[in-house]
Amino acid sequence: MELSDSDLALVSALAEGLPLVSHPYKAVGAQLGMDEAEVVERIQAMRDAGIIRRFGIIVRHHELGFRANAMSVWSIPEDVVSEVGRRLGDAPEVTLCYRRPPRLPDWPYNLFCMIHGRDRTAVEESIAALVRRFDLGQYPHAVLFSTRRFKQTGARYGRPIPRAAAE
Amino acid sequence: MDQFDQRLLNEFQQDFPLASRPYAVLGERLGLDEDEVMDRLARLTRGGSVSRVGAVFRPHTVGGSTLAAMAVPDHRLDEVADLVNAFPEVNHNYQREHRLNLWFVVTAPSKARVAEVLAEISARAGLKVLDLPLLEHFHIDLGFDLKWS
Repeated sequence: MELSDSDLALVSALAEGLPLVSHPYKAVGAQLGMDEAEVVERIQAMRDAGIIRRFGIIVRHHELGFRANAMSVWSIPEDVVSEVGRRLGDAPEVTLCYRRPPRLPDWPYNLFCMIHGRDRTAVEESIAALVRRFDLGQYPHAVLFSTRRFKQTGARYGRPIPRAAAE
Repeated sequence: MDQFDQRLLNEFQQDFPLASRPYAVLGERLGLDEDEVMDRLARLTRGGSVSRVGAVFRPHTVGGSTLAAMAVPDHRLDEVADLVNAFPEVNHNYQREHRLNLWFVVTAPSKARVAEVLAEISARAGLKVLDLPLLEHFHIDLGFDLKWS
């Protein structure tokens, strides 16, 4: 699916968040020079195409009591990493699961899972359960708990809302 | 936080209604009127529990993004974290327990701009920046089960 300029402006607007007004799609459309039906139709199309992975209320884990988070990483041979990743990605303990390139000698790991929990012990227990269930003990592994959050915002795709459309 | 707040937070993380008045649809499901749904969401947003009502996009759909990591000497951590935060392209930035102790996500309209931001951060900090772009993602994002019970 090719994204038009107005789709990209809509992406920016949706990354910021839907306004808390009675007709939010109409309000977003008014900023972009689109009518309500068009906004809804484009969101639906991007959702159907998988460009929007999720559309809804985005909560903050930390503020809701999930105060511990760890990036759990493994170094897994390239020929099996995708299969292991798919299995881990389906596990309920895992919030996100990605394959990324290793960067030797600084960083040997190629599979990344984010694990959230109410405290450090809960996260450690989740990781231990994953290691047992998916037989991960054989692979080099590291757990990087986060100790400070310096910044957390929605992604900005940096397409400003066109001025003419905003007026 | 009462049971209505808890249900608002847990039950509408995906498939948000595309109706003309979506907050009224939420209200119908919860037994609240539209204004009360909006008031509650405004309060939860002010309190920090809700980031926004919005979309999570498939990575690399629009422009580029990457995860970056740096090994920052402890006494320089605040200074370098501030330098990284100053870029509007940086949307997450965490200290983690590892020799590579600063981890951040860069998202920009183009892959070229992502590379530029990493190069600028490296030059200003005088430190190496590891670029760890996503190659494959495995998780189907259904939101985050808050497991209230």
